[in-house]
Amino acid sequence: MRLRLVKQQTAFDFFDKWKFWLGLSAVLVVLSIASTVVQGLNFGIDFKGGTTIRAESSTPINVAAYRQAIEPLALGDVSIAEVFDPSFRADQNVVQIRIQAQDGQEAVASDLVVQLETALRNIAPDIRFPSVESVGPKVSGELIKSAVLAIIIAIAVVLIYIWLRFEWQFALGAVGALVHDVILTIGIFSALQIKFDLAIIAALLTIVGYSLNDTVVVFDRVRENLRRYKKKDLSDVLNLSINETLSRTVMTSVTTLLALISLFILGGDVIRGFVFAMIWGVIVGTYSSVFVASSTLLRLGVKRDWSKPSNTDGNQFANIDA
Amino acid sequence: MLHIEGWKRVVIWATCALGLLFALPNGFYGQVESYNDAQEAGQEATGWPSFLPSGLVNLGLDLRGGAHLLGEVKLEEVYTTRLEGFWPEVRNALRKERATIGAIRQQEGGAGELVVRIGNLAQMDRAIEVVQTLARPVASLTGGMTDDIVVTSRENNLIVTLSEAEQLATDDRTMAQSLEIIRRRVDEAGTREPTIQRQGNDRILIQVPGLGSAQELKDLIGVPALLTFQTVVGRSNNPNGAAGVGNELLPAADRPDLYYILERTPVVTGEELTDAQPSFDQNGRPAVNFRFNTSGARKFGQYTTDHVGDPFAIVLDDEVISAPVIEVPITGGSGIITGNFDVAESTRLATLLRAGSLPASLEFLEERTVGPELGQDSIDAGKIACLVGFAAVLIFMFLSYGTFGIFANIALLINVGLMFGLLSMIGATLTLPGIAGIVLTIGMAVDANVLVFERIREELKTAKGPARAIELGYEKALSAIVDANITTFLTAAILFIMGAGPVKGFAVTLGLGIITSVFTAIFVTRAMVVIWFERRKPKTLEV
Repeated sequence: MRLRLVKQQTAFDFFDKWKFWLGLSAVLVVLSIASTVVQGLNFGIDFKGGTTIRAESSTPINVAAYRQAIEPLALGDVSIAEVFDPSFRADQNVVQIRIQAQDGQEAVASDLVVQLETALRNIAPDIRFPSVESVGPKVSGELIKSAVLAIIIAIAVVLIYIWLRFEWQFALGAVGALVHDVILTIGIFSALQIKFDLAIIAALLTIVGYSLNDTVVVFDRVRENLRRYKKKDLSDVLNLSINETLSRTVMTSVTTLLALISLFILGGDVIRGFVFAMIWGVIVGTYSSVFVASSTLLRLGVKRDWSKPSNTDGNQFANIDA
Repeated sequence: MLHIEGWKRVVIWATCALGLLFALPNGFYGQVESYNDAQEAGQEATGWPSFLPSGLVNLGLDLRGGAHLLGEVKLEEVYTTRLEGFWPEVRNALRKERATIGAIRQQEGGAGELVVRIGNLAQMDRAIEVVQTLARPVASLTGGMTDDIVVTSRENNLIVTLSEAEQLATDDRTMAQSLEIIRRRVDEAGTREPTIQRQGNDRILIQVPGLGSAQELKDLIGVPALLTFQTVVGRSNNPNGAAGVGNELLPAADRPDLYYILERTPVVTGEELTDAQPSFDQNGRPAVNFRFNTSGARKFGQYTTDHVGDPFAIVLDDEVISAPVIEVPITGGSGIITGNFDVAESTRLATLLRAGSLPASLEFLEERTVGPELGQDSIDAGKIACLVGFAAVLIFMFLSYGTFGIFANIALLINVGLMFGLLSMIGATLTLPGIAGIVLTIGMAVDANVLVFERIREELKTAKGPARAIELGYEKALSAIVDANITTFLTAAILFIMGAGPVKGFAVTLGLGIITSVFTAIFVTRAMVVIWFERRKPKTLEV
């Protein structure tokens, strides 16, 4: 007996409520943008400049006491957050301290770290700093620029590739889904105020890749079915294609999520934000390739005469043989 | 027909075997690491068979622990220093013309310019002409030759600045020099595999694994190199020989068994050196030109006048790099070191001479330190997460596809092996996000197989017989596999180009993972399915 997450034959109507789904997506996108504009992103030092210190001690952490100890140093905006992870030993208490970029300094002066250590010794005698990172404002400005550029380039390249391999309607559908995924991911980071750093940009680009992967598989089937069923309505062809690929879509999402969830739980706190972004992205990306990409394609319409094989024909790779 | 030609099978399995062979050393990380260290040190290396590959996946700083610094070299400082050193020459040239241009005086100038006040303003053109004759040719941007200085006038003053071509050449020298000094400094600390790279025009990235803090690294780089010119008393082959009162015994840098006995008090130190350039002597042999500042020039001139025919030693950090004989008194403040070197050596010596101390100050823009225990924690957590995620995917695939699931699982194992093999082969660096990339690849690697298997299921409904269904499944799934993976690969490539540090590591594992997963799905799983089919010849198929 085989495990079947999706029945052998499905006939869901994905466009029955397309107004609802597109509307839902639109609302989520608006909410994401609103949250990002209103409360902003919790930028890490990669983008804001400043210093992050991970401190470890066997004495339980009292954030208020830490704050009090650091206050006299007059370091400006300081954020202190305790870190929890199932892999920590019983006497391992970890706290993340973030200090804003100091005026007129590119990177932190090391005496800041020494001062901090002395100040914290009073409340936690065995305090250690397993990691200290600081980024000057000059570098962080450049990092933002290159990160934004990377995402824009990625989306542009994808647009061009799909346009070449399919039709422009497909490209717009896919890119619509991508932009949707990216905005929703940024939105959840803003809503939950999770630290947004360089690694999250990597996660965003991976989401772009993943969501695209899904969309392309559906579109590939759409192209094939458009050739086969020349008389069918576009919405029927789309529905059929999504249904036919549904089993694969679910399988791949589940295996990817299995791997990611294990990393989320067991992989340690250092990359948890990064993994969270990817889990969210896989879920949103799977949803968007069905409801955003295909709905967009349906609204845009598509050429129906695929009888002449052109050089954008999908079978050009079919000669590759093992 | 469901068939794969014999030679193709050989190629497929050979590729897998080769990949796994290259991945093998990573299974014995500690053992191979000490073997490689021993080999690098030129010692008898044991503990790992020499016929096996010994390349390892490098661990990034976030996994191994260490210090990371990004510094910016203040290039303009060098322009000013260069022009300062040029002043005596300008002064001497102008003084000869005193009768026409009048008295001259150096003025306080802006950064990167030498300002000279001229007594007789009417003769400014003459003064400019005189100074211009001091210019030396440098290769210009367009390929021709141009002067290294630009002489102009402003109000009552004559202004000397470096030409654009010379500034570029100076920048390159400054960066090379800074890199060389930093490399020497870091090597001295004896840490393993430091990364010291130029980034962009004026930045230097320094990564030293195993260092406790970025401050330690800063201290290390900040120490000035000690360059001295000392009197040679004698030579010796005995490292423990007595040097005598006021003398010291120092080894020769280029010959292991030669030692020099030197007077402890240096004649001149590197602090008084303003420049050193590789050049050629009058016989066309490679040599090094150097130049002292005013006081250094005076001391050196006096000394060489008194000691013609004697050797003197050029000592860098307690090692004698050269001990030439003084042929003529060197009074002009500049001189030439000849010796038994080739062009590469003279270039290096010039760099080292300039490397007395950092040519320009270094401003640190970014620093990161990760303690080794945090890195180890990350590795441990990553390992467990990988294993659990891996097991979950394997079980899930088996439950979903039965026999075909097992094929996919074997292919997945080979896939991870190939990934590590490739990573080791290209000497890639594994970072924490890189581990996430591997886990993600494990999840996504089955995608290509899933596409094929789902397609075979569909084809079974319509096709004639299982063989045809399998064949059609592969054929029809191919365009989706290729398109889907090319797009993902494109994003990985963009990440690699645009990303920095750990993010780059992620891009590498993701990109390689895509390549290996497509290979294993299209070729390896297929080969397994075909072999299985040939043996069993099943009438019906359940996928």
